[in-house]
Amino acid sequence: MSATTSITDDTGAVERTRALLTAADTGRKRTDRIMTVLIYGAFTLAVIPLVSLLWTVVVNGIERLDGEFLFTSMRGVFGGMDMGGAYHAAVGTLMITLTATVISVPIGLLVAIYLVEYGRGALARATTFFVDVMTGIPSIVAGLFAFALFSIFLGPGAKLGIIAAVALSVLMIPVVVRSCEEMLKLVPNELREASYALGVPKWLTVVRVVLRTSVAGITTGVLLSIARVIGETAPILITAGVSDSINFNPFDGRMMTLPVYIFSQYRQGPVPCREDAIDCLVNINFERAWAAALLLIIIVMLLNLIGRLVTRWFSPKLR
Amino acid sequence: MTTTDSPPDAQPGRLKPPARRRNHGDTERGFSRVFRWITTGAGAFLLLVLAAVAVFLIARGVPALAASPEELSAKGGLPAGMDSLWDLVGPLVFGTLLAAAMALLLATPVAIGIALFISHYAPRRAASVIGYVIDLLAAIPSVVFGLWGGRTLAPIISDVWVWIAGVLDFLPFWTVNVTNTGRSLATASVVLAVMVLPIITAVSREVFLQTPTLHEEAALALGATRWEMIRTAVLPFGRSGVISAAMLGLGRALGETMAVLMILSPGILYSFQIFDSGQQQTIAAFIASRFAEASGLAVNVLIATGLALFVITMVVNMGARAIVARRKEFSGAN
Repeated sequence: MSATTSITDDTGAVERTRALLTAADTGRKRTDRIMTVLIYGAFTLAVIPLVSLLWTVVVNGIERLDGEFLFTSMRGVFGGMDMGGAYHAAVGTLMITLTATVISVPIGLLVAIYLVEYGRGALARATTFFVDVMTGIPSIVAGLFAFALFSIFLGPGAKLGIIAAVALSVLMIPVVVRSCEEMLKLVPNELREASYALGVPKWLTVVRVVLRTSVAGITTGVLLSIARVIGETAPILITAGVSDSINFNPFDGRMMTLPVYIFSQYRQGPVPCREDAIDCLVNINFERAWAAALLLIIIVMLLNLIGRLVTRWFSPKLR
Repeated sequence: MTTTDSPPDAQPGRLKPPARRRNHGDTERGFSRVFRWITTGAGAFLLLVLAAVAVFLIARGVPALAASPEELSAKGGLPAGMDSLWDLVGPLVFGTLLAAAMALLLATPVAIGIALFISHYAPRRAASVIGYVIDLLAAIPSVVFGLWGGRTLAPIISDVWVWIAGVLDFLPFWTVNVTNTGRSLATASVVLAVMVLPIITAVSREVFLQTPTLHEEAALALGATRWEMIRTAVLPFGRSGVISAAMLGLGRALGETMAVLMILSPGILYSFQIFDSGQQQTIAAFIASRFAEASGLAVNVLIATGLALFVITMVVNMGARAIVARRKEFSGAN
């Protein structure tokens, strides 16, 4: 009883104190509110280009992305003809990316094993540091390097899929190393120790215990690194050139890839059509570019999605 | 290995007492030693690749550096009126740095905002989704950004540039020229800013999340508002991380080719006319636009400019990584 009365007696004082504090705080509160608005605004600002980009690509690309586009090349297509597709580019992307993956994954995985299982001393520190630095190599520089390397053996005019694959590997290896390293570090030390205690030699422990435990994570890392390099344009443009025909052989002749296809269609620009032309589309090149962009984005998003699902489904249940 | 002399039954033969293998302590024998060599060799190979990139660029760039002015102007593929490599590399480096600096200026505040939004403002459940959305930006290929920037953004944003140029018209010492096509360095920088946003956000977010909870709670207990808590506890703690994140973003922006190549209408000048076309060009876009037609000495010239880009990005990246690495040890000890 007495407590309640004292509170009711003090109500005036509490109100006064509250009023005092609120009055003193209005400036600070206003700053706080402004910053909250700004920070929410920053996020909105970043989402706008993302939504706009995805929307334009889908709207402009969906119309032309059909069976004909997927399964015809650009051979014999010229002017504003309403035909031709990106089959040759899809083939080239597949072959070059596959070759780059075959080169990068073993090397990247071995480096990751070295860093996690053996990495001590100056070499390991240098490797860790320069792996990070290598992730920042500009893609065009990687292309120039591959060109310079192969021009020694093949002369300056050589444009092959394999050169592009080497250029992509320079970009891909550090990404593979970084993600595999993270995954190998997650393997509990108890598993390694249990394996050693059973007399299993170290290399077999690494192969049969460490790699097998982290295989899901490594798959994810590899898929994400593929998604990263599959959209590279500049290094492929200067190493594998531009082509209109289907070529499955990375060791022979020029190869087209989807990103380079997008760029070359974009660069050709609008087609000058005669006014009485029946099958001449002015914006055909841009339409093809948008369709190929949609295809590329679908591939990249699928790789990302599958990568994440692999971890969720196949990672070992360590409980 | 051990299973060769054990019966192939359900119980693997690993329970038998270890034979002489363990008698030698932990010295590596047989394939284990080879395996160590292989993995160590892979680590060394990686360093070799990086060294090879530098060596090959230097080896193929030197002919351009050594060539006489007559040779360069005759068959070096230099634009008309130039007879020295520095006439070309100078404006290109200027254009590259200007584009990257503007992109960074636009991207860093927004990225810090998003990172704070994810780490301190958004609900926990929404935060991971938002992080994924921002990562999605990083997954979009640069050529698609170029296509979008050239076809969609440039026509829209040119109105904004015209308006800004009109506002800046009062400046007495600087006449602002503006193009109606939107194919200016300003547009390219906006697209570059969108492209470097994810990496700056990702690194800053990691650093902000590492802020000691006790610091934050102490600030709140002293009556700080949320923003004051961020200003006094989170931002000072994350300063070096944000700086290195911005430098990583700078490295990306410096080396980005396609967005600039597909948006910018190039020219090789020392010019601050960022709203006008035909003024600047970046190194990467210059190489990509000239490489197909180049031959002989012109290729060496292009590789020499590529060497300049390589040196700039390496310096920026190594600086950024050195800050991150120093920080890693520091916060690991705490």
